Amino acid sequence: MPPHLLELRNITKSYLDVKALRGVDFDLRAGEVHALLGENGAGKSTLIKVITGAHAPDDGTIVIAGETVSGLSPDAARRLGVACIYQQPALFPALTVAENIALRLEPASGFRKVDWPARRERAAGLLTRIGADISPETEVCRLSMPEQQLVEIACALGAGARIVIMDEPTASLTQKEQHLLFAVVSDLRDSGVGVIYISHRLDEIFSLADRVTVLRDGESVGTNPVDEINESALIQMMVGREVAQIYPPSESEPGEVVLSLREVGCAASGVKGVSFDVRAGEVFGLAGLVGAGRTELARILFGLTPADAGEIRLRDAVVTVHSPRDAVARGIAYVPEDRRRHGVVLEMPIAQNMTMAVHRILFPGSWLRFGAERRLTLDYIRDLAVKAWGPEAPAGSLSGGNQQKVSLARWLATKPSVLIMDEPTQGVDVGAKSEIHRIVRGLAKKGLAVILISSDLPEVLGMSDRIGVMRGGRLTAVLPGKSSASTVMAAALGQAEKGAA
Amino acid sequence: MKADTPVAGIAGGLVRYSREFSVAFALLAVLGGLAVLAPSFYQPQPLLSLVTREAPTLVIACGMALVIIGRQIDISVGSQFAVCAVCAGVLASMGWPTPVVLLASIGCGVLMGSINGLLVAGLGLPSIVVTLATMVTWREGLRWLRQGEFVNLPDGLQWFGLGQVAGQWSLVATSLVILVVIALAMRRMAAGRFIYAVGADAEAARLAGLRPHWVTFATFALLGGLAGLAAMLNLVQSPQVDPKMGTGLELKAIAAVVVGGVAISGGRGNLWGVFAGLLLLATVSPALTHLRIEAYWEKAIQGTIILLAVIADGLRTRKTGA
Repeated sequence: MPPHLLELRNITKSYLDVKALRGVDFDLRAGEVHALLGENGAGKSTLIKVITGAHAPDDGTIVIAGETVSGLSPDAARRLGVACIYQQPALFPALTVAENIALRLEPASGFRKVDWPARRERAAGLLTRIGADISPETEVCRLSMPEQQLVEIACALGAGARIVIMDEPTASLTQKEQHLLFAVVSDLRDSGVGVIYISHRLDEIFSLADRVTVLRDGESVGTNPVDEINESALIQMMVGREVAQIYPPSESEPGEVVLSLREVGCAASGVKGVSFDVRAGEVFGLAGLVGAGRTELARILFGLTPADAGEIRLRDAVVTVHSPRDAVARGIAYVPEDRRRHGVVLEMPIAQNMTMAVHRILFPGSWLRFGAERRLTLDYIRDLAVKAWGPEAPAGSLSGGNQQKVSLARWLATKPSVLIMDEPTQGVDVGAKSEIHRIVRGLAKKGLAVILISSDLPEVLGMSDRIGVMRGGRLTAVLPGKSSASTVMAAALGQAEKGAA
Repeated sequence: MKADTPVAGIAGGLVRYSREFSVAFALLAVLGGLAVLAPSFYQPQPLLSLVTREAPTLVIACGMALVIIGRQIDISVGSQFAVCAVCAGVLASMGWPTPVVLLASIGCGVLMGSINGLLVAGLGLPSIVVTLATMVTWREGLRWLRQGEFVNLPDGLQWFGLGQVAGQWSLVATSLVILVVIALAMRRMAAGRFIYAVGADAEAARLAGLRPHWVTFATFALLGGLAGLAAMLNLVQSPQVDPKMGTGLELKAIAAVVVGGVAISGGRGNLWGVFAGLLLLATVSPALTHLRIEAYWEKAIQGTIILLAVIADGLRTRKTGA
């Protein structure tokens, strides 16, 4: 058996109160491609950050080439032969390929003489070695995404990397580029490098990898040689957890169709031909992997990146939504993801955040009415149980779940008929999470059409009356609410169900 | 999460506006010190002249405060000021009635401010570069047009024809009205709140259905209009217009805004702080005269005040972890 290049034993890592890794074991041999698979948030990124020294684990041992290392820094990891090729290459766009490679490989001393011929020669040599047809003189900004990845791989090789991590390298590649990349990966393997290969594409894993490890909720569910396992078993491993949380039951009778999409697309954001209906009183879940186009679809509906194809109907009237103002005027509300950045204005008090989308209605003539604002704010603070010392508390002083409620209150104040919620419970503690679930249910019961975007599969399954699954900018399936996790995951991964097309 | 203790009433206001209060306190300390050490500072007529000289700067600082709260900057106001003044001066010497001249000056400023606003908001260019370019363009255009020649103003224009003391009072009153109106609008009108929201987080404001581009454009246009008004307030104080006037005015206005506690990164500050900041900086020079300290120290002391203000803001953001 080839020796282990890398061994991780019982790695744990927490961020604040979220356990990202709970005792993961992982190993990598020389000359193998080891695939890492898992849902969004299963802990893959964290594991990579631990291996590359970007984040220190709370507990556990890291053994690289037979030596136990402690206090691994990114620099030390690099010297030990760890290299990571990210989906978005981290190159300097204004510099040439040769300069970029040199920056990674040459010693960081500001006042040495640059040996330009040697630089070019080495860059050319590395690029030839991986079969990349790129001139070292080209500026990186002129390269395509896959070419930039090849430059990253050249850097890794030049640095003598023995452990190469590739994070969804094919996500943005065409078929032809993928084959080129696969050839490079095979070459790396044959030269004795260990490759950790992260991908959501099961066919890639089966054609390229030697072994596959599945992560789920920060734990390793198992490591198998790929020829001893099949696709459905892998999917089962990824999702195979009981829905532990109790979700509030659906109490509403879906009413008339409120929002109806026909072949909606937007070239700029890569959404193509999406059609579905959402009824009043219904929670329509949108599942899919990160980058499947769910947020992009929400941004179309909210007018942030207006649709350039298809038809959006609201209660039987064809509407155009060219800006968020259009959307608000038509009764579409969007509670964005990443609330820490843009869901609320952190510097502003709760009250001002809550009334931001309704100033026209609440303050006719533009003069602020502090009494009306205060009443509205107090109502929502009570209805949504926002924990804060008062309407004047800055939004930045609240916990994540309470910020989410403020963001939600802002949109409920617009009295929308369609409410789009994008990852409403991301980074929210368990208690606030179930509170938000109850609120969403209550809103549906009052007749709102809710579109719930979530990467948390149990949440989508538990909360939705129907589930739309997106992949590659398209809506690939609309499944009934009680679908199994593996059906949804299979649709999100693009694996056709047995018997279905 | 940071711990935010609820503080209500006067104490809460003191905490929230501590930055503004500290400037006001510094100003009061200087004024108090002068009352003891150099009571000659408080002669009415020189004091009125001092305040009158600062009136145009106050008007511009008010507009600048809005631009900076909206997370932009405009360093072309000095040039706008000069263009408006020359424009107004030429029209006045052609015999146009004063109200029309005033409107023309303001309109000229709005036009130049709108050009800045279009470039910054419409094309998304960085405001410091855009206004650097317009600053040089207006100034050099004026130089080419006038060849450094002064504009002689008709007699009736001086002090708006009110006589010196009444004229001085009217200038001071005008600038104070502008201050109060803008300060109230920022606090009591939805538009003011939009400027804070856009300055704090333009993307969040856009997601909330606001139109950050319009807000940015409007602040630049308003600042231009105020530069036009300020030019008039300056014009009536002298018998001639020097086309080189207003050089360095943008720095005076920005300094007042920053000392007054407006965050240069946008979203925070108010007009009362700016008022206190402007008075504090303006008091330095006469205070030195009355304390018989060499006037060379003026810039050094003003620089120190600005530096202290920036340090205070830096410590403040570090503490709140922004």
